[in-house]
Amino acid sequence: MSNIPETGRTSRVTIRLVILQILVFSLLLTLGGRLWYLQIRNGDEYTEKAASNHIQQVVTPAVRGAILDARGVPIADNETRLVVSASRTELLKQKDDGKAVLTRLAAVLAMPPADVIAKVRLCDAKTPQPCWNGSPYQPIPITDKATTQQALQIMERREDFPGVTAEPTAVRRYPAPSKANAAQVLGYLSPVTDDEIASSQKNGTPLLRSDQVGRSGLERQYDAALRGTAGVTRYEVDNLGRVIGRAGDTPAEPGANLVTSIDSRVQAVAEKELNDAMVEARKTFDTVTGTNYKADSGAVTVMDVHTGQVIAMASAPTYDPNAWVGGISPADYKQLTGKDSNYPLLNRAIQGLSAPGSTFKVISTSAAVNAGYPLDGAYPCTSSMTIGGRVFKNFEGESFGAINLGKALEISCDTVFYGLSYNQWLADGGTKPKNPKDFFYKTAHQFGLGAKTGIDLPGEVKGRVPDRQWKQAYFEANVDYWCREGKTNKQDYATQIARENCVDGNVMRAGDSVNFAIGQGDTLVTPVQMARIYSALANGGTLYQPTIGKAIVSADGKTIKPIAPKATGKLPDSAETLKYINQATAGVITSGTAAWRFSGWPQDKIQLHAKTGTAEVDGKQTTSWLTTYTKDYAIVMTISQGGTGSGGSGPAIRKIYEAMYGIQANGSIDSKKALLPTPETKLPKFADDGSVVRAVSAVTTLAPSSGAPSAPAGGPVLAALAPGRDDKLLLGRRYVS
Amino acid sequence: MTANGYTIRRFTPERSTLGKLLARDSILRRMDWVLLGSALALSAIGTLLVYSATRGRTNLTHGDQYYFLLRHLMNTGIGLGLAAGVVALGHRRLRGVVPVLYVISVLLILSVLSPLGTTINGAHSWIVIGGGFSLQPSEFVKITIILTMAMLLSARVDAGDRVHPDHRTVLQALIWAALPIAIIMLMPDLGSVMVMAVIILGVLLASGASNRWVLGLISAGAVGAALIWQLGVLDKYQVDRFAAFANPALDPAGVGYNTHQALIAIGSGGLFGKGLFHGSQTTGQFVPEQQTDFVFTVAGEELGFAGAAAIIVLLGLIVWRACAIARSATDLYGTIVAAGIVAWFAFQAFENIGMTLGIMPVAGLPLPFVSYGGSSMFAIWIAIGLLQAVRIQRPMSA
Repeated sequence: MSNIPETGRTSRVTIRLVILQILVFSLLLTLGGRLWYLQIRNGDEYTEKAASNHIQQVVTPAVRGAILDARGVPIADNETRLVVSASRTELLKQKDDGKAVLTRLAAVLAMPPADVIAKVRLCDAKTPQPCWNGSPYQPIPITDKATTQQALQIMERREDFPGVTAEPTAVRRYPAPSKANAAQVLGYLSPVTDDEIASSQKNGTPLLRSDQVGRSGLERQYDAALRGTAGVTRYEVDNLGRVIGRAGDTPAEPGANLVTSIDSRVQAVAEKELNDAMVEARKTFDTVTGTNYKADSGAVTVMDVHTGQVIAMASAPTYDPNAWVGGISPADYKQLTGKDSNYPLLNRAIQGLSAPGSTFKVISTSAAVNAGYPLDGAYPCTSSMTIGGRVFKNFEGESFGAINLGKALEISCDTVFYGLSYNQWLADGGTKPKNPKDFFYKTAHQFGLGAKTGIDLPGEVKGRVPDRQWKQAYFEANVDYWCREGKTNKQDYATQIARENCVDGNVMRAGDSVNFAIGQGDTLVTPVQMARIYSALANGGTLYQPTIGKAIVSADGKTIKPIAPKATGKLPDSAETLKYINQATAGVITSGTAAWRFSGWPQDKIQLHAKTGTAEVDGKQTTSWLTTYTKDYAIVMTISQGGTGSGGSGPAIRKIYEAMYGIQANGSIDSKKALLPTPETKLPKFADDGSVVRAVSAVTTLAPSSGAPSAPAGGPVLAALAPGRDDKLLLGRRYVS
Repeated sequence: MTANGYTIRRFTPERSTLGKLLARDSILRRMDWVLLGSALALSAIGTLLVYSATRGRTNLTHGDQYYFLLRHLMNTGIGLGLAAGVVALGHRRLRGVVPVLYVISVLLILSVLSPLGTTINGAHSWIVIGGGFSLQPSEFVKITIILTMAMLLSARVDAGDRVHPDHRTVLQALIWAALPIAIIMLMPDLGSVMVMAVIILGVLLASGASNRWVLGLISAGAVGAALIWQLGVLDKYQVDRFAAFANPALDPAGVGYNTHQALIAIGSGGLFGKGLFHGSQTTGQFVPEQQTDFVFTVAGEELGFAGAAAIIVLLGLIVWRACAIARSATDLYGTIVAAGIVAWFAFQAFENIGMTLGIMPVAGLPLPFVSYGGSSMFAIWIAIGLLQAVRIQRPMSA
């Protein structure tokens, strides 16, 4: 052992020290690697998380745009109401999940406590309305009808009402000018769902938690334009949700206003007349069923024939659209959607289907002409016709001898069209078709049946043309069922049909074809399809895409985006044929099937055309159809289980025309009383603040509502309750809007 | 000096005080300046980070935003003073008072368990002195264990009796070390216990004790950890911390909150950070305990990868110098002391930074030099003093 000082350290210790050094450096290296991984490789992800951590968004909802009628009268706008809402997150912090608070609240609001509690529960598959289907973090509105007194009671006793707020808020209002309700056309709003928020992230206009979304009608169709863009104030907050700064604001942009072609006065008349006609029908005895007509539903459409713009569209039964505002009550909801409700939410003008009956004959006439039959030929109008062993009767079994096609339309002779159609069916090869020309089916398609008209309303149905293709598809879908039924020993009518169908249900039979020619059988149309067709007859043959929206006008009234009428088809008729049909349909008024309803009509001043229709429905009373037009307007009315066309709808349509043209009881025309003698082609004028400048004095009582909601009634009291004070504590970091 | 029979008279020139300090063999010249510089740099960064983390926390600062900044500087100053004292004393002279230090340490940690002690963040490991000061004796116990074990293990080797410490000595050293650790475990201060276990491992490695002891200790540690887990000795908060470590996504608002927020803070820093005082996680106080255990998140967020990596590099420099000092020490005592400090610093830094990066479970350990906290700061600087003292006594050639 030497005395060199290092002798104390052996090679073992030296090696151990090297090991120790390697160990500790590998630890530090690990840290460096992990640091790189977090900050450089995944840095973006954490940057995003940090931002969502400390940026708290407070949303200021945009004021929804108004829906105006053709003259600028609002048919949907906003009013300021005191909305009392409760925050679920705050309520759940209470020992009893907020039951006591809600009960106290119910007492202040004079509501049943059970109702209040039901309103704040979350919707799921098992929970019936009312329930909340918005975000659980968003304050849930309890009522929007609070009085100033009630609001003050709540806000002054904050400690008794944790999580409850009362704030003035702009809410939707459907003012029903001139009592025009237009419920199904307007549609309604309801709070946005989580799914909608998620799917809206993909397109350019993401929805916010607080948004209300249009659910049907114009509210849905023009939702994006009407909704505007909510304002967002971004607060920087700390871990307790305390505001420590601001990170940029986006001011709310109010939604645009929609100008429609609806004339609220005509709309009101149409609604009233439809209702009266149905009431009247219920008093009328039906000899076939031996009871009064049920008249369970109906629709009327008034269209500008030059543009396809809808001036009035009513559907019965109807409801008050204001029922949806501020959350629908359970009773109202049941009334609107329950089994016994008769579904007033449906817009029968675009969603109601029935066979067109004889109103289809203008199409059959066109088909016959295109198939080569002369308009003025002689066609036997016998009382009945036997085809394939079945007897097809003329309506009410009348006989008129040999008549031309015009007369056949006028008096609605079924046997003429049976014959034409039967001949064509034979020419096409009968039950063994060879290159069938199918003039009747083709013409129906050319008139736009079996396809949506493209009206600017959601949920339109396309109806059905029961052509060979449809027969085949229907056969393939049902053949198994028919054959199974056919094998049973039952001898009733349905089983016999099933047995027949099992064998050759895909074959177009003679009976199918003759039925089709008079608008019976499997054909289904909507009133708006018929309005479009009769408008085309009036305007020289152009099929327009029906529209209700006329223009989208920015909230300040400065940017106007017109919605131009769009011609989407031409009738397959020559000018000569159209003229001939127009003469015949005018004859319906003067000497045809509708004449008894239009005696004294000033036909020399305002030429009116019409076609009546009475569609048979299996197991139900007949559907009444009346399709009419002048040189400017087409009016189509249908009443389910409402009797004959002229009987059920004649007086109603006549009264609508009389109101529009100002026709007096004695047949004279008082232009001062005329609501709309010619279609409104201009848009209303807008002032610099976006409000409507109106010359018409009759509607000045209605507040202009294009921009901001009208000033709150309570003035300073409401101002004190107003939201948006910076000092308030936000809901905490877990509230991410 | 008389080994070869010659008398060599050493040349001792007259020197002024300044001359003495600047002389080739002076204390200043012999000191490890990289070590000191790195330690000071870390303390300076720590001061800024502690300030950034606390200037907005009015509930902690009592309205004085410089409260923690000044105290951190003061702690660093006191720490420097302690280090200078240790250097002046010399580690060999200190060796003589190790038994006294040992007794004092044990008494202090016992007093923590008495009603004098206070619980902070779940660990009953503090003595509140008053006037805003508190003492965490377990920090000093780390030094005591190193010194005690070094003294025992090196005694016969340095005397030249043996090449390596014998089994009896090793067992003796382990028993002396186990006593304070057992007490600390009762607090329970699991983080400190973990560090001390690693220190013992480093000390045994450097002492040249038989491989059987080293391996035995590692397996004992593993078995002990398993036993602790199985027997349910741990408090619920400790079990939760481990659960949250295993799955950070678990309950990000509860037990996983710290880790979750720490990761967001560091991850969002990017390459150069959001700038000092501009971190949203820091100004928004999303990370709890950010001036103490989670101080590294401030560096990660506000200084970015560049700043955070610089802290790791500085820690690396300190550990590297400490390793060099261990290798060049003139006696086994010095080697063991330095190696113990290496193990201590490296593991504590790894655990502290590792938990903010989500690769280690959360345990209440400060980041050396950077975290706010007097006891920790003092203990760390005493260790720096010890390293310098060992270094100064090495031969000039080394």
